[in-house]
Amino acid sequence: MEILDRVKKIIADQLGVDEDEVVPEASFIDDLGADSLDIVELIMAFEEEFDLEIPDEDAEKIKTVQDVIDYIKNHTS
Amino acid sequence: MDLSGKACIVTGGSRGIGRSISIKLARSGAVVVVNYKTNEKSALEVVAEIESLGGTAMAYRADVADYNQAAKMVEDVYQKYGRIDVLVNNAGITRDALILRMTEKDWDDVINTNLKGLYNTTKSVVKYMVKQRGGKIINISSVAGIYGNAGQANYAAAKAGIIGFTKALAKELGSRGITVNAVAPGFIKTDMTSAMIQKTSEDVIAEKIALKRLGEPEDVANLVAFLASDESSYITGQIIAIDGGLTL
Ligand SMILES: NC(=O)c1ccc[n+]([C@@H]2O[C@H](COP(=O)([O-])OP(=O)(O)OC[C@H]3O[C@@H](n4cnc5c(N)ncnc54)[C@H](OP(=O)(O)O)[C@@H]3O)[C@@H](O)[C@H]2O)c1
Repeated sequence: MEILDRVKKIIADQLGVDEDEVVPEASFIDDLGADSLDIVELIMAFEEEFDLEIPDEDAEKIKTVQDVIDYIKNHTS
Repeated sequence: MDLSGKACIVTGGSRGIGRSISIKLARSGAVVVVNYKTNEKSALEVVAEIESLGGTAMAYRADVADYNQAAKMVEDVYQKYGRIDVLVNNAGITRDALILRMTEKDWDDVINTNLKGLYNTTKSVVKYMVKQRGGKIINISSVAGIYGNAGQANYAAAKAGIIGFTKALAKELGSRGITVNAVAPGFIKTDMTSAMIQKTSEDVIAEKIALKRLGEPEDVANLVAFLASDESSYITGQIIAIDGGLTL
């Protein structure tokens, strides 16, 4: 599966939104209704799915779906 | 109280109050992990007693003051049962001394077991409870943490710390259906208080208590079972004293 699809699925599951709503420019908090605990859970889910460690400084910068995709592309081989 | 199918961890479940809590939860239908640090024999006795009552339990050795041991326990329990519904942070020790005589080790040991231990177990458990969208965390504080007690600066500090921890987490986790409460026992008859009871005599202590008796571990266990059940689902962030009216 493409990174985008895997990311979309995780986000849709976590936030209980439709996969169609998970567009690259969508902001987790403003568009997808996430709260601060959701964000932490999402970060942990991405770490697990892509076998990464996302430090807090980096996690704070992740605000949109595109941010996650970029981060994963830059940090996985 | 129906706790059927709930997976529970009771830290310090091998003796005293933790033992009674383990038995009470198991009698109510829960599957109970009886955690202990050193006393394997006592822990296995608790498991045997639960099994003789038709319940399910396992003993698990882990020092809650050690982050890795606590985290490993939580992970193993989750792997085995596929869920963790209730965490009772009960393990505790005393190293009483007046501050002038209190060693750094007395201080560190009590803080590490009684307070840091809560961070160690709870951090690991919350990961699963958040995913489950529910859970019950019950912390055993003490009236010493509310009112203070001469000769117990370390213990009172840890037990007061538990109160802040409880309230903060109740706010943090409420949106996920996780309740976090603390119980503050007064004088309960266990190994922890036996030396004190022998020195002062039970009657003298009982005189100061409105109900004119010391508490039994079962008194605390009954409250914990209620807080572990769905019947208490609208109670969170509370510190409930169970002291026979000692502090009135
Ligand atoms: N008794 C009272 O009057 C009273 C009043 C207020 C609050 N409390 C609180 O209630 C709780 C239980 O007290 P209790 O009177 O039942 O004490 P207890 O009879 O001395 O039993 C303490 C239990 O904690 C376990 N434990 C100690 N250190 C541990 C560690 N590092 N990791 C894992 N387990 C550990 C012990 O296991 P091992 O034996 O295997 O080490 C034992 O099962 C404590 O938090 C205490 O502060 C008691």
